[in-house]
Amino acid sequence: MIVRIATETQYRLPDAVATSLNELDNAAVEAVEAGDEPRFHELFEQMLDLVRSQGHPLDDDDLEGSDVILPPPDTTFAEAAAEFTGDGLIPD
Amino acid sequence: MPGMGGRMSTVIKAKINKLLDRAEDPSETIEYSYQKQMELLQNVKKGIADVVTAKKRLQLQSQKLEQQVVKLDTQARQALSAGREDLARTALERKQFAQTELQSLDQQVTDLEAQQQQLVDKERTLRQKLEQFRTKKEVIKAQYSAAEAQVRISEAATGVGEEMADIGLAMQRAQDKTEQMRARANAMDELEAAGTFDDAMTLSAGQDDIDKELAQLTSGTQVDDELAKLKAELGPGTPAEEKKELGEGGQA
Repeated sequence: MIVRIATETQYRLPDAVATSLNELDNAAVEAVEAGDEPRFHELFEQMLDLVRSQGHPLDDDDLEGSDVILPPPDTTFAEAAAEFTGDGLIPD
Repeated sequence: MPGMGGRMSTVIKAKINKLLDRAEDPSETIEYSYQKQMELLQNVKKGIADVVTAKKRLQLQSQKLEQQVVKLDTQARQALSAGREDLARTALERKQFAQTELQSLDQQVTDLEAQQQQLVDKERTLRQKLEQFRTKKEVIKAQYSAAEAQVRISEAATGVGEEMADIGLAMQRAQDKTEQMRARANAMDELEAAGTFDDAMTLSAGQDDIDKELAQLTSGTQVDDELAKLKAELGPGTPAEEKKELGEGGQA
């Protein structure tokens, strides 16, 4: 599976890791919905760590599109909240 | 496909794809609009230049603040030696404010450096992907029928298009951040112009709004501690102490 960390780069991630990534991803959204900022940052960091540690960066001349795109690592809680209630990082 | 269920990543991916759709068919853009690509790469270069400018300005401010910290410390000592504890306190309050600002500036410079490096890396990646796409396109054209080639070229364009959208996002964030820092740098210049970091010896303590603000910003205890330390350092030689506090010289 190809995962992009937005504003950074793409990684090739073993499919087995994808399940964990999904669980973290959904839990992070739940934290946002619950207004739990520390929990969101904790989970989001875990997602980034997982991709960076388990994935292999794609070569610069690789032309594959990503299956999954994670938000930029410097995403703030306010931005994440807006992402699920309004315009978010990238306006509709 | 595994990994497509994550809610956050699904939303982000959908939005990046939307950006791509809006920017015409990526394969068309990449194949025909050389000028567009050059514009994009020029924009990235400009973005990098903006980040460098913002960083230099912050570094300059940081140097000025470092000098202020040394100067205010000297002034606090001089004031105390002259028996002017009130002035010493003002100088120390300002010193602490300057030190706090300094730490925050250093952090911002580090952030900007990371941002600069990120844009440099992304520009290189985009160039590489564009070159690879041009090569691959020729190979595909030579090997497949026109209809099949179109599909394959479009596939090959996916990664380049996504990279283009992503570099746009990175640029946008870099611009937002440098804009915030520019505003902050301006605010600091204004503070400086308003006399915050003027010669402490020429101002009396607690008389203007800035002094009041400073007193609120800096923790009184910390200033008290530093004042006590200075007194101890200057010790029995301090005229004020010789006269008034001879018995307890060298406290703290």
